[in-house]
Amino acid sequence: MKKSILVLLAAIGVLLTAAVAAKDVSLLNVSYDPTRELYRQINTAFAAQWKAQHGDSVTIQMSHGGSGKQARSVVDGLPADVVTLALAYDIDAIADRGLLAKDWQKKLPNNATPYTSTIVFLVRKGNPKGIKDWGDLVRAGVQVVTPNPKSSGGARWNFLAAWGYALKQPGGSDATAKAYVKELFKHVPVLDTGARGATNTFVQRGIGDVLIAWENEALLAQRQLGNNAFEIVVPSITIVAEPPVAVVDSNVDKHGTRAVAQAYVEFLYSPQGQEIAAKNFYRPRSPELAARYASQFPATHTFTLSDLFGDWRQAQAKFFNDGGIFDQLGVGS
Amino acid sequence: MRRRVLPGFGISLGYALAYLGLIVLLPLAALAWKASGIGVEGLLRLLSSPRTLAALRLSVVGAVVAALVNAVIGLLVGWVLVRYRFPGRRLFDALVDLPFALPTAVAGIALTTLYAPNGWLGQWLEPLGIKVAYTPLGVFVAMVFVGFPFVVRTLQPVLASLERDVEEAAESLGAQRWQTFFRVILPMLAPALLTGFALALARAVGEYGSVIFIAGNIPMRSEIAPLLIVQKLEQFDYAGAAALGVAMLAISFALLVLVSLLQRWSHRWQERSL
Repeated sequence: MKKSILVLLAAIGVLLTAAVAAKDVSLLNVSYDPTRELYRQINTAFAAQWKAQHGDSVTIQMSHGGSGKQARSVVDGLPADVVTLALAYDIDAIADRGLLAKDWQKKLPNNATPYTSTIVFLVRKGNPKGIKDWGDLVRAGVQVVTPNPKSSGGARWNFLAAWGYALKQPGGSDATAKAYVKELFKHVPVLDTGARGATNTFVQRGIGDVLIAWENEALLAQRQLGNNAFEIVVPSITIVAEPPVAVVDSNVDKHGTRAVAQAYVEFLYSPQGQEIAAKNFYRPRSPELAARYASQFPATHTFTLSDLFGDWRQAQAKFFNDGGIFDQLGVGS
Repeated sequence: MRRRVLPGFGISLGYALAYLGLIVLLPLAALAWKASGIGVEGLLRLLSSPRTLAALRLSVVGAVVAALVNAVIGLLVGWVLVRYRFPGRRLFDALVDLPFALPTAVAGIALTTLYAPNGWLGQWLEPLGIKVAYTPLGVFVAMVFVGFPFVVRTLQPVLASLERDVEEAAESLGAQRWQTFFRVILPMLAPALLTGFALALARAVGEYGSVIFIAGNIPMRSEIAPLLIVQKLEQFDYAGAAALGVAMLAISFALLVLVSLLQRWSHRWQERSL
């Protein structure tokens, strides 16, 4: 009995020393749903670069899921070195629990958002309902698919884009914007819990005439499904969706991975990282690459969250928390 | 203490209680503790909101009706599988467990694929004006699906142990067929049937994975109570989510107590009818 315990301890010891000697670094990147393809390529490129510069091999593990759920996992102890989520509100929630500095968004360029996306419409082939802009979504007989903003980060961007459109119309005010989105949600037959679910409802189940979606999701859906079954319509004005990234301070200090984690998020801003983002249909921040991929991303008028709504904490409290504007719309009743 | 056939009463009792405490009571206590953060006033406000009430109503009424349907159909299927011999019987018997074995998300997606307006079944139902996917009816269909095996599996052993001579005796004493069924067979089956009903009900009330795909999730119309919990979590409102969880638990518990009262009453009915 005693002997077997000794053998076990020895085995554990050998394993531990082996792990230290090999100088293998491991990072956990906790991300949201539609970034699978993007980070698969980023990770390969970053690991090659790190190996070339430092001689250590780095393995990056990924965890994907709904943005809010991922943030909760990190709060509850998932040892993420890096978080790359759909909206700043979810990283704010992690910061509120003291896992990273409250001013995390100032630690990297562009509000800690290395790439952006925007909100566009996906319509069926030939655009049979003649959808051109936000105003067309509330015409009689038009059905719109968008996920539930109470449960989906992507849907919150959709909601704010619609609100901003109405606000920017001549004579627009909070009252007219509220009337517009109220009408809009009367045209929504299904409120999926997440962005991928809404894409499936629109594409696979044939529900609705328009899907309001992330541009990268729409481009990906269009490319993967092929057959020109769908067309993308870019509205006259839309929001710049900013999915931010951050290093989780207390976790990297615990793991001793701060240097590599910092290099990893900075790599996203490098020309190589920006190009991978562009290839995966995220709009790069670098003007040079934006120019090179301009044909892929149609120009449109945009506004940012901070232009109209302040920061995410304010937007969340005003629109999406219980008793907020979304609840006041009386969707469904 | 009276001598028992098998030894070890003390240690097995201790183990059973510790296990129950660890597996069942500890998480429930944690839930209640989290929920207490919301306060009595907050709880009342939460539970009296029309949206919460609508979601609870859909989850509870849907589950009760689904369990009733499962009780009737499950009795029929159990009877056929136990009493009749036909080709493919073993295959059908194995199929009953499928809703157990299938990951709930797969079940939800499969049901939605079938019942969506462009699905195999949905395309024929749509012209008749029957919408299943993305309506409360879809929620009900998914609840029937996940609860079905419980009734069949609890009834089968009881059905197998029913002695045919009892039926023959009833017949020879001049009972009509319906009398044999309602006064002889049903009282004997009632306890097991109620257990199956209770299990199917408990499963359906809290079902999330399969229902969420086929429900339209429109507030006040096709939004189930577990989805409200998910939405609370999405706002990092742990206390509100836990409070809703406790409320659902209380409702389920009340229903289960009701069922076990019925069960006791059915035992007496059974004894009287024998």
